[in-house]
Amino acid sequence: MSRLELPMVPFPDAAKVALEDSQLRRNLGKATSAIRAKRLALTAELPDWEQLREAGRRIKAQTMRNLDSYLLQLEERVTAAGGTVHWAEDGDEANRIVGELVRRTGSSEAIKVKSLTTDEIRLNDALADAGVQAIETDLAELIIQLAGEASSHILVPAIHKNRSEIRELFARTLGETGLSDDPADLTRAARKYLRQKFLSTTVGISGANFAVAETGTVCVVESEGNGRMCITLPRTLITVMGIEKLVPSWQDMEVFLQLLPRSSTGERMNPYTSFWTGVHQVDGPREFHLVLLDNGRSKVLANEVGREALHCIRCSACLNACPVYERTGGHAYGSVYPGPIGAVLTPQLRELARFESLPYASTLCGACFDACPVKINIPELLVHLRGQVVAARSERGGLRSSLDPERLAMRAAARVFASPRLYERAQRVSRVAQLPFVRRGRIESLPGYLRGWSATRDLRAVPKEFFREWWKKRHGDRQ
Amino acid sequence: MQVSLFVPCYVDTLYPEAAVAMTRVLERVGLQVDFPAAQTCCGQMHFNTGYQQEALTLARRFVEVFAGGDAVVAPSASCVGMVREFYPYLARQVGDEELVAAVEAVGERTFELSEFLVGQLGVEDVGAYYPHRVTYHPTCHSLRAIRVGDAPLKLLRAVRGIEIVQLPDAETCCGFGGTFAVKNSDTSMAMLSDKVANVLSTKAEACVAADNSCLMHIGGALSRGRTGVRAVHLAEILASTMDDAAEAPADSGGRTEENRGGIDGGWIGRTRDVSGDADGAGGIGHSRSGRVEGADVTP
Repeated sequence: MSRLELPMVPFPDAAKVALEDSQLRRNLGKATSAIRAKRLALTAELPDWEQLREAGRRIKAQTMRNLDSYLLQLEERVTAAGGTVHWAEDGDEANRIVGELVRRTGSSEAIKVKSLTTDEIRLNDALADAGVQAIETDLAELIIQLAGEASSHILVPAIHKNRSEIRELFARTLGETGLSDDPADLTRAARKYLRQKFLSTTVGISGANFAVAETGTVCVVESEGNGRMCITLPRTLITVMGIEKLVPSWQDMEVFLQLLPRSSTGERMNPYTSFWTGVHQVDGPREFHLVLLDNGRSKVLANEVGREALHCIRCSACLNACPVYERTGGHAYGSVYPGPIGAVLTPQLRELARFESLPYASTLCGACFDACPVKINIPELLVHLRGQVVAARSERGGLRSSLDPERLAMRAAARVFASPRLYERAQRVSRVAQLPFVRRGRIESLPGYLRGWSATRDLRAVPKEFFREWWKKRHGDRQ
Repeated sequence: MQVSLFVPCYVDTLYPEAAVAMTRVLERVGLQVDFPAAQTCCGQMHFNTGYQQEALTLARRFVEVFAGGDAVVAPSASCVGMVREFYPYLARQVGDEELVAAVEAVGERTFELSEFLVGQLGVEDVGAYYPHRVTYHPTCHSLRAIRVGDAPLKLLRAVRGIEIVQLPDAETCCGFGGTFAVKNSDTSMAMLSDKVANVLSTKAEACVAADNSCLMHIGGALSRGRTGVRAVHLAEILASTMDDAAEAPADSGGRTEENRGGIDGGWIGRTRDVSGDADGAGGIGHSRSGRVEGADVTP
């Protein structure tokens, strides 16, 4: 499976491929603008939307500050309710734990609720290595699993595929040859396949949208009901949850269950909201395991600015609002977390050096910040990480760093801007230096670093008189 | 009220007409205007690209340079956003409480032109005359960083002779993003293409905005495509009047006159040869006689 084994091709290069895919551009444009419009309509109808956002932000910030004690409280409550809590420092450890738990049941299959966290640690690949087939049951996840592809959107993993592509895929992989490309028809085919899996598989695996520390309750929010099948039908339920998904109290859910569906799918309420607390003798799974996953999160938590990225409730509103994401799609971000939130989360959870192009994959237009239901200041996080990228490069030192044209230009510009005299001299020099490039008052071709600009845009020539020269002439030397 | 002009480096160097226009407008509404000549750059380019040490040095400079005066006014929402939104962040990052206080103090009296006129002075009609069809692009930083709201539109609606056409998908970024346009030039261009298509769909003669940076981007593509549509700064439209048209060339496109013109005649206020206009976009320039060209001249 090539899934998630995407090497981090620098974003600008990865984006190039996506930008040329007219089918992808069309699918993304249609889908993101439709969800955007729904979200705006539904958030506008709540008079206290801004207060809800602020409440969400505060609950998350307060949770992060006291995460250690809330996690212990959660462990205690889950255990008291008959569940078992496991702690995993990284993805490998979590995968080992889950693999061992499944092996003990004797099942060679596990049905899965759509879960980004298990994608993050490549659980399906690890299970496959252990001889267990993980079956995705979310329709879109199933589609990309059958296609052997990676998700390109947090909420709508198959956003890059249209219905005729899906019809062709089902014919090839499920043997459903007589299908039309009518969504109802396609859904029926998937249901036929999945129903049989729901009824025959004894292990279910999920992620978690939230977990309530004071009650030990885990929550999964979904649209199709397939998740609820996985949570209720199997004998054993294993949940892998990032440690940041906690909320302190049951009452906090009031805030998040209003914020999430409106921001995510543009619905007042999501169709299926499942809560469970431990196990019960008469109903549901007889065994419940909660795997608490760190995988870089406590490292992020240590960064006082960067930790805000952990507030994310995975609604994907920032993806749909982002003009960059709308054009490049998710794959260019090289991670399960694409879009603006991915650009600030991935480099922090993993290594900044490997993902240093991501914080630059934004114009800082601020649409993501406005859309975020918990008010994560993504533009500020982006520039914060850019600062870390530059600082790390500088620390690495060496010839490459000292000859980096951007660095040289930025340093030189800083020296020039530090002195009005040097600045004015540079202005005058620019008037002369531009001469080889000016044609009829415009510059159509620039060298080196600036070629990216002039490939498609003119630049106006430097004028005869700068503002400060005009001012000086007008006011004499009174300045 | 004593107003200090904050003229961002690229406006000073590449788009002086916008700063001249802003000066005219502020003087017209009766303000005492001053240009602290020690100013250079606010450091936004450094900051946005990750060079925070350099940006911090420039933030300290800014605070010193703009220590006096009642208000600091700039023809750029983006650079005002840098001062108001990100200087405090920079100062907090280095834990310099004195600097935090200083940048917050200067930030409180730093304004973008339209929010200053409408929000601070309560002025919407500045007596402008601009008989052209325009479409307004709300720049990201005016919309979402400093939130000028509809101040620019209020000012535009009060302009005599103007026809304002709604820009489709107006609130979507044009794809500039400073060094983004160079580092991610393909994605930037994809965004710009959509913006330009929307501008052209309005059949406007000019695209107007409160930031020369976005206008440089949109205007660069309008020029490259030889569309005949220009990118014009809001201040230039506000400066344009029937009586005081002398020093308000309303052009941010790839024109040639100002570059050929000597300082004597000055590119500022230089009468345009409309019929010889390379872009064939019609004249929006103004003659020294005070007559507005373009309205009555057939190219």
